[in-house]
Amino acid sequence: MGEMNELTTTWFVVIGAVKVIAIFSVVMGAVAYMTLAERRVSAFIQDRLGPNRVGPFGLLQPIADGLKNVIKEETMPGTAAKFYFVLGPALAIMPAVITFAVIPVAAPLPTPVGTVDMIVADVPIGILYILALSSLAVYGIVLSGWASNNKYAFLGGLRASAQMISYEVALGLSVIAVLLLAGNVTLTEMVWQQQQLGLWFVFPLSLAFIFFLISALAETNRLPFDMPEAESELISGYHTEYSAMKFSMFFIAEYSHVLTASALMATLFFGGWDIPLWTGDDMFRHGDGWIRGFDAAGAPIPATPHVLITLLTLGAFAAKTAFFVLLYIWIRWTLPRFRYDQVMHLGWKVLLPAALGYIMLIAGTMLVLDQLGVPFGFLYGAVLTGVSGVTTVAFLFFVDRDRVISGAHRKRDVARRRVTATTGVDGGAVSN
Amino acid sequence: MAITVKVMRRPEAGRTSYMRATLKGMSLTFKHLVRPSHVTLQYPEEQPDLSPRWRGTHRMEVHADGRPKCVACGLCPTVCPANCIRLVGGEDDQGNRYPIVYEIDEFRCIFCGMCQEVCPVEAIHVGQHFENAEYTRDRFVYDLDRLMEQDHPSTLLWDPADPRSE
Repeated sequence: MGEMNELTTTWFVVIGAVKVIAIFSVVMGAVAYMTLAERRVSAFIQDRLGPNRVGPFGLLQPIADGLKNVIKEETMPGTAAKFYFVLGPALAIMPAVITFAVIPVAAPLPTPVGTVDMIVADVPIGILYILALSSLAVYGIVLSGWASNNKYAFLGGLRASAQMISYEVALGLSVIAVLLLAGNVTLTEMVWQQQQLGLWFVFPLSLAFIFFLISALAETNRLPFDMPEAESELISGYHTEYSAMKFSMFFIAEYSHVLTASALMATLFFGGWDIPLWTGDDMFRHGDGWIRGFDAAGAPIPATPHVLITLLTLGAFAAKTAFFVLLYIWIRWTLPRFRYDQVMHLGWKVLLPAALGYIMLIAGTMLVLDQLGVPFGFLYGAVLTGVSGVTTVAFLFFVDRDRVISGAHRKRDVARRRVTATTGVDGGAVSN
Repeated sequence: MAITVKVMRRPEAGRTSYMRATLKGMSLTFKHLVRPSHVTLQYPEEQPDLSPRWRGTHRMEVHADGRPKCVACGLCPTVCPANCIRLVGGEDDQGNRYPIVYEIDEFRCIFCGMCQEVCPVEAIHVGQHFENAEYTRDRFVYDLDRLMEQDHPSTLLWDPADPRSE
């Protein structure tokens, strides 16, 4: 069994503090550079150049933006509810930042004082903590929308609450499929289960991943679900009245949410810090040591934490997260905004029943597999992959082809049919 | 006149594929992302190619001894449609006419180039130049010294390679 150096209490506190500071600074830095990435990627997509003046390739632009936001004048609308107006940005930013605490970022790191988990807080409730805290973000948005005493801000806040509550359901249900397969809510355990399965959960749970992706887009208020901001309709929604650093805090909150959602997608569906096709990085705390897995007889195979493995897995995790961040940006600059009724329709009438049905399907398949005595391993995953693949194709076929979200022609066709029915003559282009 | 109504042709119900439209859009944006066709000119570093017929702010040609070529004939203020040229002519001991005051208000100028066309001695020219920023408004009335100091190329009102503008 791998040597396990337990940290003494003093070192646990010291290293815990170091981890908190490190993760917080990395998240804040990543958020700053995500704003630059957003602007540069959007510029490239639109054949522009984007900010490239401050520093090489515009790399110092986030610093200049931050400086500008700090020294700008803070405005306060005369009719605003001052306490809540100030509280809003703080409430928006806090849950966004602290959710990162339970996401494991790399394999354990051996240090002279003991082996260190590369996670700020390996709490047993893992994903539930994230779901609970990320829902709190809506308070910040609703409060700031209401406290601004501005009808556009208020509408933005209302939309945010409706949307985030609707998609919280679909998000939770898509996570339940993962919980069923992993049999646990701890994120470190989920990474371990994916290593044991030999398959990332995105394959056996492909539809859950699609639901999670859509719901996460809606939860983070990103296009095509940015109803709360909706520049063309609501000026800029709930943060219309905010300026300077308070305005900036909403942006930090949004990008932290995107980062957390990306990291969560990487962890839940893409193996977290797992490096694909290599079992050398498989590592999990078992008893009082680290194990790689169990051999045929059920005896644990010890694993040795190594600095190199930690760095490699950290790189894998960062790459996966960066991929999803880029996917978010890519989607944002491709798709137009949904109508409000379409958002509600998709959330309640499509994703909710579909996710429920999918949970039943996965649970049923797992029950059958367990009854047949198939061990939790590659075959188990392969069968689930087949079932999920068929379901995913069927779902996409159902959603496609105008069956779920109707386009602008629908009303016109209905009107034409009505005219044809009453007069027997094709009404042609009925105005509408 | 009859009112014409343009009827938008929209896809029929059941014939629209949102999945494929989304994927198509994503692939389009991705193509631009990896191979952007930048048309932006990095202006202060890169300068635009001005046409030889570009008509910008004026310059006055000078003789080798530094006198302006202008003979104060008065044709340019006469022809100027914007009435932006102020000319007070004088005569020296040898009987040569020269401009005592020659001012062009670049704010009023419409850069038609008729002053250059009408000038019998090819003294006043519009130039291939566009960076005209100043800190005060009165700096936009160019006097004779200013016009003689301008060193940007003069405009060719016709392109020698293409005399008929074809």
